Amino acid sequence: MLRPVATFFHGRNAFYVSLLLLPPLLWLGTVYLGSLFALLMQSFYAIDEFTARIVPEFTLATYRQLVTHPANVDIVVRTLAMAVAVTIACGIVAFPVANYMARYAGPKMKAFFYVGVMLPMWTSYLVKVYAWRLILAKQGIVSWGFTSLGAQGALDGVLATPVVGGPSLASSYIGMFIVFVYMWLPFMILPLAAALERVPASLLQASADLGARPGQTFRNVVLPLALPGLAAGSVFTFSLTLGDYIIPSVVGAPGYFIGMMVYQQQGTAGNLPLAAAFSVVPIVLISLYLALAKRLGAFDAL
Amino acid sequence: MIELRQVSRAFGAVVALDRVSLTIAPGEFFALLGPSGSGKTTCLRLIAGFDHPDHGRILLDGEDVTDVPPFERNVNTVFQDYALFPHMSVAENVAYGLRVRRVGSAERRRRAVEMLGLVRLGDFGNRRPNQLSGGQKQRVALARALINQPRVLLLDEPLGALDLKLREEMQAELKGLQQRLGITFVFVTHDQGEALSMADRVAVFSQGRVEQLDTPRALYTRPRTAFVASFVGSANVVAGALAERLTGRREPFAIRPELIDVLPADVPVPSGAVSCAGTLEDVLYHGASSRCHVRVDEQTVLAVARAESGALVPLPPQGSRVLLAWRPDSSVALEAD
Repeated sequence: MLRPVATFFHGRNAFYVSLLLLPPLLWLGTVYLGSLFALLMQSFYAIDEFTARIVPEFTLATYRQLVTHPANVDIVVRTLAMAVAVTIACGIVAFPVANYMARYAGPKMKAFFYVGVMLPMWTSYLVKVYAWRLILAKQGIVSWGFTSLGAQGALDGVLATPVVGGPSLASSYIGMFIVFVYMWLPFMILPLAAALERVPASLLQASADLGARPGQTFRNVVLPLALPGLAAGSVFTFSLTLGDYIIPSVVGAPGYFIGMMVYQQQGTAGNLPLAAAFSVVPIVLISLYLALAKRLGAFDAL
Repeated sequence: MIELRQVSRAFGAVVALDRVSLTIAPGEFFALLGPSGSGKTTCLRLIAGFDHPDHGRILLDGEDVTDVPPFERNVNTVFQDYALFPHMSVAENVAYGLRVRRVGSAERRRRAVEMLGLVRLGDFGNRRPNQLSGGQKQRVALARALINQPRVLLLDEPLGALDLKLREEMQAELKGLQQRLGITFVFVTHDQGEALSMADRVAVFSQGRVEQLDTPRALYTRPRTAFVASFVGSANVVAGALAERLTGRREPFAIRPELIDVLPADVPVPSGAVSCAGTLEDVLYHGASSRCHVRVDEQTVLAVARAESGALVPLPPQGSRVLLAWRPDSSVALEAD
């Protein structure tokens, strides 16, 4: 019964492909890009100061407010700094883990590590964030651990650091940073491990054979070939940090982040244009980041 | 000079090398020949330093290098998959050995151009490895390995991935290169033709041991064991009662297919020849020659290579009785297993 259909499709590749692509393109085009476009439109609409009603007239006033108001600029800088720090830390922590998974682990150990990396993603995100608040609290296990090791002074010293410190880990940017790194680490490890797995062992042997010490092999061969994986992972960690609003509102210092601002402006404050303008910021930052990564040759080895 | 002393290496329960000792002279073109799993590649990896023997010592020019890491051994390798760095140009690949030794960039460029000229790829320096054919990659790998002026060049199945015509060209080229540079080449191959045509001496590996170490001519004409006789040039190995009936001794012997004559059954046996009767089972046409399989008894089928031109007597039809005959000095007595 299916035979005539199969015969019909055979040799009509373009038709077949377009038929396959139609549903996803429709979804992507209308639902996804359409709503994004509607959001962007909002950021150019004016808002009536007295009635708080949105007036569909083109204006750049919202963007002006975004870039001139010092509090708004602070939010963007704070979020960006956190995203950069989290991305760098994730890269540094993930590399040895991913390298071990890709190159040294036996089949059993490898499966164990993959499950171990993904297991935390099977639990609710909220549960993990609140758990971290307890872990990092003043009476929490971390603080207890430092005290029982007689290193209370070290923790206090770290928390005394201006700006990033605070009364406890749970109410400082350091604590927020730790939770962010924990939360997005799998998104860095997995693409990095995939990239490292594609580097044939013979390339590393060839490098050693030609006289490169392990450090030189790492710099000249492993790192450049892992760069696409590092770039993919960093896009995840960077964009997830830029957009998150739950972690900054549960753990850390009271300063606002972009995600919190979007949440608040479109909810309680009812200023949809400003919320839309704020949500454009991560899009712009990530585009800049990708352009930079491309220029630095992160995708050359793809 | 390379010396292996009683070197053993096991992977779990599998013994890859079993107390192997061999000495390779300076400037020699040396082949490690054997079927897959015979230990030849393990042997090469041990010389390169990618692996460590469980027992035994490895010496380079009299110096014990068993515990010396690969990046401190004056030995370079051409890998089976070439292992060219995909993110570097051909010239950068070739100059890599100088770069990690912190040679200045002008000097690096000059030497890379010189090496690429040596392998006749002068104009390819700016290409990427993925823009090259298999034969070109092979040459880049050669140039890259030779730029450090090693005392020994190791080649792991260097011609395995090339097609037949290219392989023959590269055989001549490698041989010429080795003679010009005068350095020791050690290459691994499972192709006996390759080993015979290129090497000065060949070590035949079987099940982790060196079965025989000899010049190609000696290997071919005087194989010591049944394994060497059948692996190198696929000689017929005759053993047991048939051997005793034909030679009067119980030891097995080898007879090359091209040294046997196939005669019609009614022809009288030439005087002085060893002969036996059999049934012509099939004939495979190989161009310059044909390969006949003749069943002599239940266990034994002898292969006969018969020149296609110049035969005086036409080949009898398939299935008919034939007479096989050879001169007594054509066969080689083998060591009993």
